[in-house]
Amino acid sequence: MSLAHRIIPCLDTDGARVVKGVNFVGLRDAGDPAELAARYNAEGADELVVLDIAAARDRRPTFLETIRRVAAELAIPLTAGGGVRSLDEARSVIRAGADKVTVNTAAVERPELLTELSAEFGAQAVVIAIDAKFKNDHWDVMVRGGRESANQNAIAWAQRAAESGAGEILVTSVDRDGTQIGFDIPLTRAIAAAVNVPVIASGGARLPQHFAEVFREGQADAALAASIFHDNIQSIRELKQFLATQNIEVRFPC
Amino acid sequence: MNVTLLDYGAGNVPSVQRALHRQGIHSERATTPAQISAAKILILPGVGHYAALIRALDDQSLRQPLLEKINEGTPFLGICLGLQALFATSEEAPQLTGLQIFPGQVEKLPQTAKLPHMGWNTLQLSSESPLLDGISHQDYFYFAHSYAVTLPTDRSESPTIATSHHGKKFIAVLEHKNICAVQFHPEKSGTPGARLLANFLRPHS
Repeated sequence: MSLAHRIIPCLDTDGARVVKGVNFVGLRDAGDPAELAARYNAEGADELVVLDIAAARDRRPTFLETIRRVAAELAIPLTAGGGVRSLDEARSVIRAGADKVTVNTAAVERPELLTELSAEFGAQAVVIAIDAKFKNDHWDVMVRGGRESANQNAIAWAQRAAESGAGEILVTSVDRDGTQIGFDIPLTRAIAAAVNVPVIASGGARLPQHFAEVFREGQADAALAASIFHDNIQSIRELKQFLATQNIEVRFPC
Repeated sequence: MNVTLLDYGAGNVPSVQRALHRQGIHSERATTPAQISAAKILILPGVGHYAALIRALDDQSLRQPLLEKINEGTPFLGICLGLQALFATSEEAPQLTGLQIFPGQVEKLPQTAKLPHMGWNTLQLSSESPLLDGISHQDYFYFAHSYAVTLPTDRSESPTIATSHHGKKFIAVLEHKNICAVQFHPEKSGTPGARLLANFLRPHS
């Protein structure tokens, strides 16, 4: 036996409530984060991610309280982030109960942030989130919620981020996000081949087969999805049962 | 039951506290030598850099009371770095000295595997113990580390009761007299993790 492939539900929140929407437009309420966390913990999620997609400064205390409420429900690891810009902000996220903190735009602007976080919390607590979009002949790093190009090659950035102290890479395909046509396999595989840290694939999942593909062909260590779990399109338990029939190692019982 | 968590500032102290709370067990955090000396059952949760733990033990004068408690037979559970700290030294901070309860060095796992070793892995059980009651080789535990204690060549000297494998075989669970330690995070390991914590505490309830 070896490491199980992880299934990770993601809770996008406005700080307090789980929300759904595309590019922050037409956000709809999708439930209470602590209630969903308890449900996914019981259904066999291997880890949970909770993000503050609004990341407004004045609402940060609300989000920290959400992390506390979510952490209280979990007997599995919790990753939290969204708009984290400094060591101080990361510290408050970890102190609120997150095992790992995810950073995105701030690390693109100042990669040393990853080194600082890694020195204080250890690389296993630092997740670099990379939003990647295909442009001409390569994947471009997108920042500020996937809206702006950072004019950087996503593969090169993944390597630099891992060297700077990130212990895990959460790669989201901006092209696939919300499409439900499957993960971006070439992107995931390219990132996984370029670094020696675990890779979480995100963006585009709907069918169990999509997860099998991203583990087998995309070489992902974990796969993340949001609304297909919130909307009961896919149950975590049935997804894992399917993956087991495909001889992909997953964690049971769940 | 009164459980004391040595709180040197590690991020997983609240998680361990919550995991115990779910089993109806109250725990208190200890940050001073006097609080450690008063402990009836002692847990050392650790995560992050080895140096942060060892420096905190020395800067806050916690090393001596901790060693005294362990040596006088107080039930002890080390978690993650709390296991690594029991050995003599670590490759992660070679200039520092561990608690030296067991000989040997904590080593970096081989780069042939992805590091950190992060996620859910299984155990190979090497001896029977009430600590592993109800736990099998099919149960998954959550690991998050890059360093580990690889096995000593002389197995008779080894307190190992379960190993795991990531690039190399390493100690996942050890037990020696009153000392228990795990490389994984029972507080984050679902039902099997809760069972291990309960197994550790049962003889003292």
